[in-house]
Amino acid sequence: MNARRVSILMTGLLAGLAACAAAGALFAAAKETLTVQGSTTVGPIADAFAEAFMRKNPDLAITVTKTGSGDGAKALVDGQCDVAAMSRFMKDKEYKAAIEKGFLPVAHVVAMDGVCVVVHPSNPVSELTTEQIKAVYMGKITNWKDLGGADQKIVPISRDTSSGTYEVMNELVMGGDKMDPGVEYVTSNPDKHKRVSTTPAAIGYVGLGFVDEKVKALKVNGIVPNRRTIASGEYPIARPLFLWTRNFPELGSTIHRFVTFHLSEEGQEIVEAKGFVPVTNY
Amino acid sequence: MARMAPGETQGPGPAAVFDRPLLLTARQDLVGYVSSVTGRAVLFLVAATSVLAVLLIFTFIIKEAIPFFTEGGTLSAALGRLAEVFGSTQWYPEQDPAEFGMLSLLAGSFYVTFAAVVVAVPLGLLTAVCLSDIFPFNVRQVAKPVVELLAAIPSVAYGFFAVMIVAPWMQGHLGLPSGTNALNASIILAVMAVPTIVSVSEDALTATGRSLREGSYALGATRAETLVRVVIPAAHNGIIAAVILGMMRAIGETMVVWMAAGNAAQIPSPWWDLTQSVRTMTATIAGEMGETVHGSTHYHSLFTIGLILLVFTFILNTVTEWLLGRMRHGGGRT
Repeated sequence: MNARRVSILMTGLLAGLAACAAAGALFAAAKETLTVQGSTTVGPIADAFAEAFMRKNPDLAITVTKTGSGDGAKALVDGQCDVAAMSRFMKDKEYKAAIEKGFLPVAHVVAMDGVCVVVHPSNPVSELTTEQIKAVYMGKITNWKDLGGADQKIVPISRDTSSGTYEVMNELVMGGDKMDPGVEYVTSNPDKHKRVSTTPAAIGYVGLGFVDEKVKALKVNGIVPNRRTIASGEYPIARPLFLWTRNFPELGSTIHRFVTFHLSEEGQEIVEAKGFVPVTNY
Repeated sequence: MARMAPGETQGPGPAAVFDRPLLLTARQDLVGYVSSVTGRAVLFLVAATSVLAVLLIFTFIIKEAIPFFTEGGTLSAALGRLAEVFGSTQWYPEQDPAEFGMLSLLAGSFYVTFAAVVVAVPLGLLTAVCLSDIFPFNVRQVAKPVVELLAAIPSVAYGFFAVMIVAPWMQGHLGLPSGTNALNASIILAVMAVPTIVSVSEDALTATGRSLREGSYALGATRAETLVRVVIPAAHNGIIAAVILGMMRAIGETMVVWMAAGNAAQIPSPWWDLTQSVRTMTATIAGEMGETVHGSTHYHSLFTIGLILLVFTFILNTVTEWLLGRMRHGGGRT
């Protein structure tokens, strides 16, 4: 008898649970959605923003797709995403396509991406110009003595060509010219740091967050790389990272809150944690 | 059915054991047939899984590599790509315009593999000979598992060793500007290939048998003569297979070369200079696949590298299988 009562109770419970689940699914379907698409460099920031947003607003679903800045611009123009994450400004062609579709693309700078040129701490060289750095990576200058250092062959080290850090270097220092085939490659900023800190003749470049006492960050064109010079744009090897929207988003809307999230303290912390330089200063 | 549980008392008696019909009923017959057929089918499927996996990998890689050649749309564009891949050393997949010359990557794989084999074969072969014919049995019992333990160390640990210890050592003691180079990678790869070579060639040497050696001694040959002129030639198929297996270990290795070889996409000049940095096919895939845009030309070009690599290892593997087969059938005595 008792067992039977228990089983009835269980059935009731299960039915209740099922009802709850069904209701949950219904609510889930009614969730507000926001789609972000674009750069693999800005992607991690957008991802972390999305995570923080969804934690605060459980009925909001944000999807972030990382396929490259060009794809982001295309998706924004075609209306396939609400926010395009891009590591560069829109090209004239993309802008024109957007205007033909009847809207103005608006850029929101969420962070600065600065790249520091680093050498071994024992290296006497402490300053280079962007032209000299370019010449080193093109294989035109191959000895430290031409740069005021010891008579030693330079070992230039680069990041893998699909990384955002490489992109900055390629764009702002190399100007699209090819690096010498003799340049060595590593896959990550920590690997780069490890190689430069153990190789006296090495030169490499890493994000600002990876500079410590084991490597020496060079002044470029006379400017010391730090948060202030990168955020202000004085330091030459830095670029803004953008989130783009169709027109300026309606104030207070989800899109507006998302593209201005970097202005909050939490947003700034995320930007810093991802190794970029925030445009705000708390 | 006569089996009884230990505590059970004697039941129906021995006569009951024999009162079952000798012929199966139609139902039993059918059940037996069906279960045997399904049993076979299940076993076949299990056995076929790995074959299927290989076929799927092949199909997938070919499918992803094909757009690299066909995206030009015309036959001449595809042939142009092919000519670029095998005719140029310029690997600039993210440049504008991009260049996909894979010759320097092929050369990089060849350099580190060849140099590793040159180091590992004498080392491995001598170890195998010592283990099979020279060391006393007790030593062998300990030494062989220890050598085989080398194969169990994860390759990222080898890579870390290469970057943190071998590279600074080369910079400090050999006066090289950069310690991550073809030589560094080759040495580490050689150490990694040694266990394979030792294990397989030791088996081949042992498989030649005692009678062969005693026959040689009976003819008045010394121990050295017996080893060099009789035992090693008799085991040559197995030894070649061991070398090829070691080579495959080296050519397919990724993490170590990515960490230790420096990854400069160049052919060393002068050609014999192993202290220059090189980039292998495997390292290129591992290093660039992570952040490349899905579906881009660069992405498909990496699958093309994978396909080339797969074809290489497939050929090497087939040759090894053939040689090992000859060793087994001929008992090592050809």
